Amino acid sequence: MIRLHGRKVVGGVAEGEALVTRQTISGWGGVNAMTGTIIETRHELRGVSFKDKVLVCPGAKGSSGWSSVFHQARLAGVAPKAMIFNEMTTKIALGCVVMRVPSMTDLDRDPLELIETGDWVRVDADSGVVEIRKAAAKASD
Amino acid sequence: MKLTADENAMLDGSRGKAHRKAMELLVRYGEALGAERFVDTTNVAGVPGTSNTFLEKYFTQPGDRYDVIYSLYDLDGDEVVQVPKVSVNSCHLQGGTDPENWRTLGMKPEQLRISQAGEAGAERLGIKILKTCTPYLAGNVPKRGEHCAWMESSAVVYCNSVLGARTNTEGRESTSAAMLTGKIPDWGFHRDEFRFANHRVNVEVPVESLMDWGMLGYYVGEVVGERIPVLLGKYGPPDLIRHKHFGAAAASSGGVEMYHLVGVTPEAPSYEAAVGPNRDLETFTYGKAEQRRTYETLNSRGQDPNVDYVMLGCPHAALEQIQEICRLLDGRRINSGVRLWVFTSRAIRAVADKEGYSKIIRDAGGVLITDTCSAIAQALPPNTKVAALDSAKQVHYLPAIMGIQAWFGSTADCIDAALTGRWNGVAP
Repeated sequence: MIRLHGRKVVGGVAEGEALVTRQTISGWGGVNAMTGTIIETRHELRGVSFKDKVLVCPGAKGSSGWSSVFHQARLAGVAPKAMIFNEMTTKIALGCVVMRVPSMTDLDRDPLELIETGDWVRVDADSGVVEIRKAAAKASD
Repeated sequence: MKLTADENAMLDGSRGKAHRKAMELLVRYGEALGAERFVDTTNVAGVPGTSNTFLEKYFTQPGDRYDVIYSLYDLDGDEVVQVPKVSVNSCHLQGGTDPENWRTLGMKPEQLRISQAGEAGAERLGIKILKTCTPYLAGNVPKRGEHCAWMESSAVVYCNSVLGARTNTEGRESTSAAMLTGKIPDWGFHRDEFRFANHRVNVEVPVESLMDWGMLGYYVGEVVGERIPVLLGKYGPPDLIRHKHFGAAAASSGGVEMYHLVGVTPEAPSYEAAVGPNRDLETFTYGKAEQRRTYETLNSRGQDPNVDYVMLGCPHAALEQIQEICRLLDGRRINSGVRLWVFTSRAIRAVADKEGYSKIIRDAGGVLITDTCSAIAQALPPNTKVAALDSAKQVHYLPAIMGIQAWFGSTADCIDAALTGRWNGVAP
């Protein structure tokens, strides 16, 4: 079990499977709000949905419609369970607020280095703690 | 956050439920950012109360429809409140359809009705209906140092960089709350220390044409991401339109909200002024190879040379661009297999109508459309497979959103494609 400490962006506790990207995410024009799927042409997660995942990313980019898209994703029932990110911007701050999911930033070690897609992650934003349980070694496929 | 007396009065409900809900949202947002206080904003640009078919179906609560959407979605509240008039200078940015050309856009009557109801609601609140992504071309030009709360990434980067006014990239919910309260978190671009360049780009190829500036912007956004670049080197002084395309591109491939051009933009009279206390800036070079690669990236969604749609006016066309399109059309008719849509604001079209430019475009077989664009409206001519675009921003978004092919080039390349039905653009 790995433990990270950081700053609460939006309070609450949630856990789930991690979806990790090293690329920033575009909201409007980069995400389908009805399915939670990344649609940006050259994004490494293109075609992947963040529904019910703990989304781990460097931050947000692109259109000011970021919060709107993630807000509608929440209403459509396809929002992530929690958010962990490195770079604070107004887009991601407002997006996390209106998604109403536990969200954290400023972790004491780089979450992009320590968390891999498939790991089980618990985000306790109220206490400022992220716990990571590494997924079992994957069979090669 | 430390709140002033009037902010506390809004938060405790002394000024009514709508102000309380707006302040609650702004406090949640300010705390998420780590802001310590609010600034008073005097210029807000957003999309307040705008609905769509999804939101119409989702929010079934009783009450005035505009109040329902504004309360539950814009203010992210849990109860419907009566929304009063805005307290500061506020405008509505681009919308989803053109009330005149909605049929051309393929909109259903229901979509027009939702759009017009939203517009009527915003008018009732005293919001100026500019319906454009370029408010600075339609009568809303903030002054240097003015604290703004703007949405629309291409307008934000223009506001900070070219006008020297101060705004973060706000969102739907924060702008709608700011329109009521006149408050926005004092964070980021509102603060002097945040506005200095922290990345440097050396421009080693001549950057002159609109297309050159679009490509440079796209490159800059890709390499600096959300940071603040200062550019040095071989660029001519850009006019308003070049700034518009450069900033829009940099805000799409990355998240650039402000840039400095030494000797050009207001907060960069010198390199030293642009970087302030920042030292050892991470530096990138834009040379022939980078320019070539950017051109290829922007054309990576183009395969079929047969073009069936030409879209111009992203961000919304300035009058000079409409004149240029008319000059390039030169009295000819576009190819029968191609549709030409040019997007602009209502304000610019009013002048274009008067000056005869709208008619020139119509006589050539095209149409001048207001309020929206193909990406925002998610509207294409029927059976569109391959588009030609002169905007790096639009080529970033449109193929991804609509699943079509697209070519990127100059305005002249695009008009040539409209006339011939073929893409003949070449790399610079």
